[in-house]
Amino acid sequence: MTVFLSQIMNGIQNGVIYASLGLAIVLIFRTTGILNFAQGEMALFSTYVTWELTRLGLPVWLAIIVSMILAFIGGALIERIVIRPFEQSSPLVLVIVTIGLFLAFNALAQLFFGVEAKALPRAYPDRNWLIGGVSLRSDTLVLIAVLAVECLLLWALLQRTKVGLALRAVASNADSARLLGVSAATMLMLGWGLAAALGCLAGALVVPTTSGLTAGSMQGILVFAFAGVALGGFDSPIGAVVGGLIIGIADALTRQYVPALAGIEIIVPFGLILVVLLLRPQGLFGHVKVERV
Amino acid sequence: MSLLEVRSLRAGYGPVEVLRGIDFHVDEGEVVVILGANGSGKTTTLRALSGMVETSGEVVFDGRSIAGARPEQVAQAGVAHVPQGRGTVTDLTVEENLRLGAYTRRDKEVGTDLERWYEMFPRLAERRQQQAGGMSGGEQQMLAIARAMMARPRLVLLDEPSLGLAPLITQGLFRTLGDMNRDLGTSMLVVEQNATLALAIATRGYVLETGEIVVEGTATELAGNDDVRKAYLGI
Repeated sequence: MTVFLSQIMNGIQNGVIYASLGLAIVLIFRTTGILNFAQGEMALFSTYVTWELTRLGLPVWLAIIVSMILAFIGGALIERIVIRPFEQSSPLVLVIVTIGLFLAFNALAQLFFGVEAKALPRAYPDRNWLIGGVSLRSDTLVLIAVLAVECLLLWALLQRTKVGLALRAVASNADSARLLGVSAATMLMLGWGLAAALGCLAGALVVPTTSGLTAGSMQGILVFAFAGVALGGFDSPIGAVVGGLIIGIADALTRQYVPALAGIEIIVPFGLILVVLLLRPQGLFGHVKVERV
Repeated sequence: MSLLEVRSLRAGYGPVEVLRGIDFHVDEGEVVVILGANGSGKTTTLRALSGMVETSGEVVFDGRSIAGARPEQVAQAGVAHVPQGRGTVTDLTVEENLRLGAYTRRDKEVGTDLERWYEMFPRLAERRQQQAGGMSGGEQQMLAIARAMMARPRLVLLDEPSLGLAPLITQGLFRTLGDMNRDLGTSMLVVEQNATLALAIATRGYVLETGEIVVEGTATELAGNDDVRKAYLGI
């Protein structure tokens, strides 16, 4: 029983990491209709900025806040400069553009910050409690708390404010939104800025729990984050969190109990996604697009 | 001075010129109809006013030039545009669509207006929490009109409101438009192929043929004009 609970806790520990990046992916999809494959590398780059700021002597929490603001500005500028020229292009073209961004940010990170691993300190004490033989880390608690707050704020922003309404309207039907007086250009920049800031927060909280910051830090996480979002539904913040947790737990349990799959444990969470998407193509919490003509 | 004054308006898509310099105006409180066959440039005229296509020429609304303005700026100036195909934001609920209509407003009476339009269109009230994309064509057209009115516009542009609707529904729709114009004094510019219904609520009208205005006059004059009768009234 203790082993089982320990593995569940391991799964949650990884799941919250996937979920925190997944939230940024959901936000950008909800507000711009784009799947941003560069989300992980944008987070990586801004985490390097956080690290650089701590080196300049800023306390970690302040470095995180400042780098989130910089990430917001950077994300908005990326929309304006890199994405905007392809606004009228097909979704496939945009996917290629975000993959280009992925490569560019990874290369820039190596260029500016080198290849050796950087240690980013935690913004909170590193604790480990043993509860009935199961270890609970402060990392996990902090990430869960941050995710809960993020979900609540995102929900409030998107469902309860005029700006959120405008953001969703532009993602769904930009021409109509403009005819009603919404500046689509501003909303798209806002969506990218917010997602970049969330990604930055995810990176800055996740990296200290790993073996250090390198150019490859986010790539594994991005794959699982996408998997979690596909499972939970691309348009649902809650879905990103639940999806990320399910992926993390399924992976951990497979490692423990199915030795036959050692080395290829990954097929269990992905098999699970396949089944869910066959039965519910919109994901567990996603919405079906309703359109009559 | 007219509410909307348009002089030598040209517009097109790339090398293709659709409007070849047209002049028209809409006075305060008028319903003006632009009749024309498919491809005559009706939709392009409205899109040109809203800044959705490349244009040249003069467009003065309420004393201010809006030529070359972006769609959101035209909307903020007080022009509501009900586009062809109704422009439903399908992923939002009916109520969210209506609230989006009031996006340009800063006052506190949005809720009051919401109730007024629910009263006018009870079907929308029944479906207020439904996703708007799931409604029938007629319901979506009601939604598009109510949403435009939520902005409290000075001028409403309507692009073929009858398109794709059953005759009985179209009749009801035009009656509503007439009522709205009479009760609220909202000016309207309607482009239509259904001349009978449009002329019934119109003050004046124009006939557009391959990008040029060929006939203009009061609604009564147009309804009595032989060419118009042959081409658009099927008499």
